[in-house]
Amino acid sequence: MAKKSPTINGGSMSDISFLLLTFFLLTSSMDTDTGIARKLPPPLPPDAPKPEIHDRNVFKVAINFRDELQVQGKLADVSQLRDMAKDFLANPSNDPKKSEIVMENISLLGPTPVSKGVVSLKNDRGTSYEMYIAVQNELTAAFRELRDELSEEKFGLKFADLKRADQIEAVQDAIPVSISEAEPTNAAINN
Amino acid sequence: MGRFRKNDKSGVPEINTGSMSDIIFMFLFFFMVITTIRESTLYVRITPPGATEVQKLEKKSLVSFIYIGPPIDAQKYGTEPRIQLNDQISGVRDLAQFIEAEREARDEVDRPLMTTSIKADRSVKMGILNDVKQELRKVNALKINYSAAKSKNVYGN
Repeated sequence: MAKKSPTINGGSMSDISFLLLTFFLLTSSMDTDTGIARKLPPPLPPDAPKPEIHDRNVFKVAINFRDELQVQGKLADVSQLRDMAKDFLANPSNDPKKSEIVMENISLLGPTPVSKGVVSLKNDRGTSYEMYIAVQNELTAAFRELRDELSEEKFGLKFADLKRADQIEAVQDAIPVSISEAEPTNAAINN
Repeated sequence: MGRFRKNDKSGVPEINTGSMSDIIFMFLFFFMVITTIRESTLYVRITPPGATEVQKLEKKSLVSFIYIGPPIDAQKYGTEPRIQLNDQISGVRDLAQFIEAEREARDEVDRPLMTTSIKADRSVKMGILNDVKQELRKVNALKINYSAAKSKNVYGN
């Protein structure tokens, strides 16, 4: 008869693996990185001609070193910025002071009003990052809401929920995100 | 007829705990797979600003991080916001080399898709960020991502 081998007590094994589990829980971070995506303009040759943009099409946003916001020459609060930007870009009242609207033929959408508006964002070296992100956030939100409105009207879905590539492209063509950042200078707001 | 006689042993039978460790190990592997270990230790303090319009950062392997914030070790580096690349405090001048090295480390097909994530503290001034952005433009690293935490309301101040 074979000798009976002694059984190993496996009860403490779970304790060990629990220890490992807690160790990994503590050292690893679950948070996914989120942020606002932007594309920088390619470097300009010094003798490049300035792009011709009509003055009425430029939505001027400036932040000074005291984190004060100036929109179209007037002091404003960040909470107003989204609606102001949307109003300027979509220009529902056809105001000659706001951005030009051109009818363009876009596949899937047919003739669509396309705004020629460009947001020009200026900031000072002393502007805080927090304020800058808050402004960028509002501008992004303005474009996102415009896209959502168009997308819901045409396809019955929010822009982020669109699945078909041609639909996404059509909405992107109709409402391009045009935020231009000035070459860094010191933005001054004259009160 | 005692055919269905109960066992003589009374009381609760012992539960076999042998498989418990397997379950815990499964947990462990699950967590190891879904979490990311911080690649570099931070030498600068970063509290990201909040924003509502944030997007998830896709393809972690193609992202290079630039950390900007006030140094934790104020004795050594002072209190002014500094730039951290990889594992050391650096200056704006080191950025070009850093981006070049990051590019070299990736496959050629992936290089156009590379993103630079700027993780800056909310108190940092835009001056240093403008310098960083200009430097990134010079080396053609144009896809950037301003790191921000998802929040409900940005006018919390």
